[in-house]
Amino acid sequence: MDDEIPKIAIAIDDLTVAYNYKPVLWDIDLQIPEGVLMAIVGPNGAGKSTLLKSILDIIKPLAGSVTVYGKPYKKQRDLVAYVPQKGSVDWDFPTTALDVVMMGTYGSLGWIKRPGQKEKKLALEALEKVGMLPFQNRQISQLSGGQQQRIFLARALVQNAAIYFMDEPFQGVDATTEKAIIQILKELRKAGKTVIVVHHDLQTVPEYFDWVTFLNVKKIATGPVAQIFNDDNLTKTYGINYKTSITEGKL
Amino acid sequence: MIKEYLDLLMVDYTLQIITLGTAVLGAVCGMLGSFAVLRKQSLLGDAISHASLPGIAIVFLVLGVKNNNGLLLGALLSGLIAAIFIKGIISKTHLKSDTALGIVLSTFFGFGMLLLTYIQKLPNANQSGLEKYLFGQAATLLASDVWLMSTIATIALLVVLLFWKEFKMVLFDADYTKTLGFNVKFIDTLITSFIVIAIVMGLQTVGVVLMSAMLLAPAAAARQWTNSLAKMVLLAGLFGAVSGVLGTAVSASANNLSTGPVIVLIATLFVVFSFVFSPIRGLLFKQIKLWKNRNDLKLMKTLSFMYDIVKTHENISHPHKIQMLNNFQGYTRKSLKRLQAEDLILLNKSNWSLTEKGFLVAKNLYSQEL
Repeated sequence: MDDEIPKIAIAIDDLTVAYNYKPVLWDIDLQIPEGVLMAIVGPNGAGKSTLLKSILDIIKPLAGSVTVYGKPYKKQRDLVAYVPQKGSVDWDFPTTALDVVMMGTYGSLGWIKRPGQKEKKLALEALEKVGMLPFQNRQISQLSGGQQQRIFLARALVQNAAIYFMDEPFQGVDATTEKAIIQILKELRKAGKTVIVVHHDLQTVPEYFDWVTFLNVKKIATGPVAQIFNDDNLTKTYGINYKTSITEGKL
Repeated sequence: MIKEYLDLLMVDYTLQIITLGTAVLGAVCGMLGSFAVLRKQSLLGDAISHASLPGIAIVFLVLGVKNNNGLLLGALLSGLIAAIFIKGIISKTHLKSDTALGIVLSTFFGFGMLLLTYIQKLPNANQSGLEKYLFGQAATLLASDVWLMSTIATIALLVVLLFWKEFKMVLFDADYTKTLGFNVKFIDTLITSFIVIAIVMGLQTVGVVLMSAMLLAPAAAARQWTNSLAKMVLLAGLFGAVSGVLGTAVSASANNLSTGPVIVLIATLFVVFSFVFSPIRGLLFKQIKLWKNRNDLKLMKTLSFMYDIVKTHENISHPHKIQMLNNFQGYTRKSLKRLQAEDLILLNKSNWSLTEKGFLVAKNLYSQEL
């Protein structure tokens, strides 16, 4: 990949978002190359989730534009899949695991058309990939946090997108699920997909990801983990001195 | 009394009309109420129904006559304006939705009451009876009203069937729906509009004050019995219809009982019954399960105590005296018998011994690998 210039999957230009005049994201310029597994890190309130949501047009930015493979995001929706934060929905909703995963097929179905056997097969395959096939008929509130996260992941996998955005997929999951999820993310990268993950655990950044963006309202830095995941950038992002075990010995 | 009522129903055309009307109303409200409950907009219905009162009063002031359809159109407009106000306040200010709902509800309702009292002082013979929209009066339902209700009900049903997939996805995860390219605002508006229409439909029968219960009670009851959205919507429709029919029956059998409140009370009975007796989520079964778990835990404690005695012996099925358990508090004859019934121990007169199965269960009791 070093020899050729990598294609840019996502290009963000001058993105600014504010809630009630308070800037949440300030003038973000970001280019994400195709095929990276990228972490977005930053302290609480740094605008990480907001960045994903404004890229995906869930939140209207004050200014700025987002292009996906050179075209506006709105024209490229079918290339992009989103895994929201687990806590953003009510898991007591009356539906089953399979039903939630089936929702991943609704985009390609379009308005009104109902899912059929083909869609069910795709959903079952995705459930299999995340190891949740035995739980397909479970009511979703009867799943553990880790299992719910896997269901969300499976729903995105069904979309068979080129780019995946995930909002804290490791939050509140057990070690087994974390391993299973990172395995799937690495497989996605191997298949040439671009995966962008809002991530909290700095310890695992070098192990899991090959690309990283430091964010704290402004973009602090972005690039390969091996080059830019260092004390300097951590300190700039988190505001305190990060001479800690996080980077020592691992880089 | 039931027979008397049924005889009456056979011959009384008005009663037939009212029964049909309340049944249709209950079914539609139950169905659409499910969406309101799952959208966490239970209070929106209450705000909108209260907010429809000024619409009724203004239309009466303009027309000067009590034209039912005209008044309901006024109610519809006023309710929709309230809904827009609520959404506007939530998105444009720092106020949370409960505050926005409270403000709009009381302002609109207060204004409506003001107009109502003003109207009552007018020298106009027509004004009496306008207050029936406060608590509803099912007896005023005409065949044409029921026709209109049935038409609206059919349209609502068709829309729900048509957009089932979209409704379900927006209710569960609106942000995700947006990323798939669906127009969430349109789906949302469609759901809210139908909820407003259902409310307005019920004003004549149940009235602005109690209308939201018609919407919420059947849905809340239905949620207790199923974990499937389709079944919940169907059940809520059924509960609503049954509440309507039973409520009409009760108020027709007993003199001078207002139909609207009776329907609402019966719908509430469904809620109470469902909250207590539903096998999946009911309080009773939860309690029974808790007791059972506690009992099982006690048995396992006894078993683990036995295991501690047994594991010091070579032969695990070596019998021990029951008296040995005496200094341990957690056992009774009954619990020993239950352990035996589950094939975990063997009892022989005053002796007990662990079975192979009992030994294994006790050994793995505290390991989480099961």
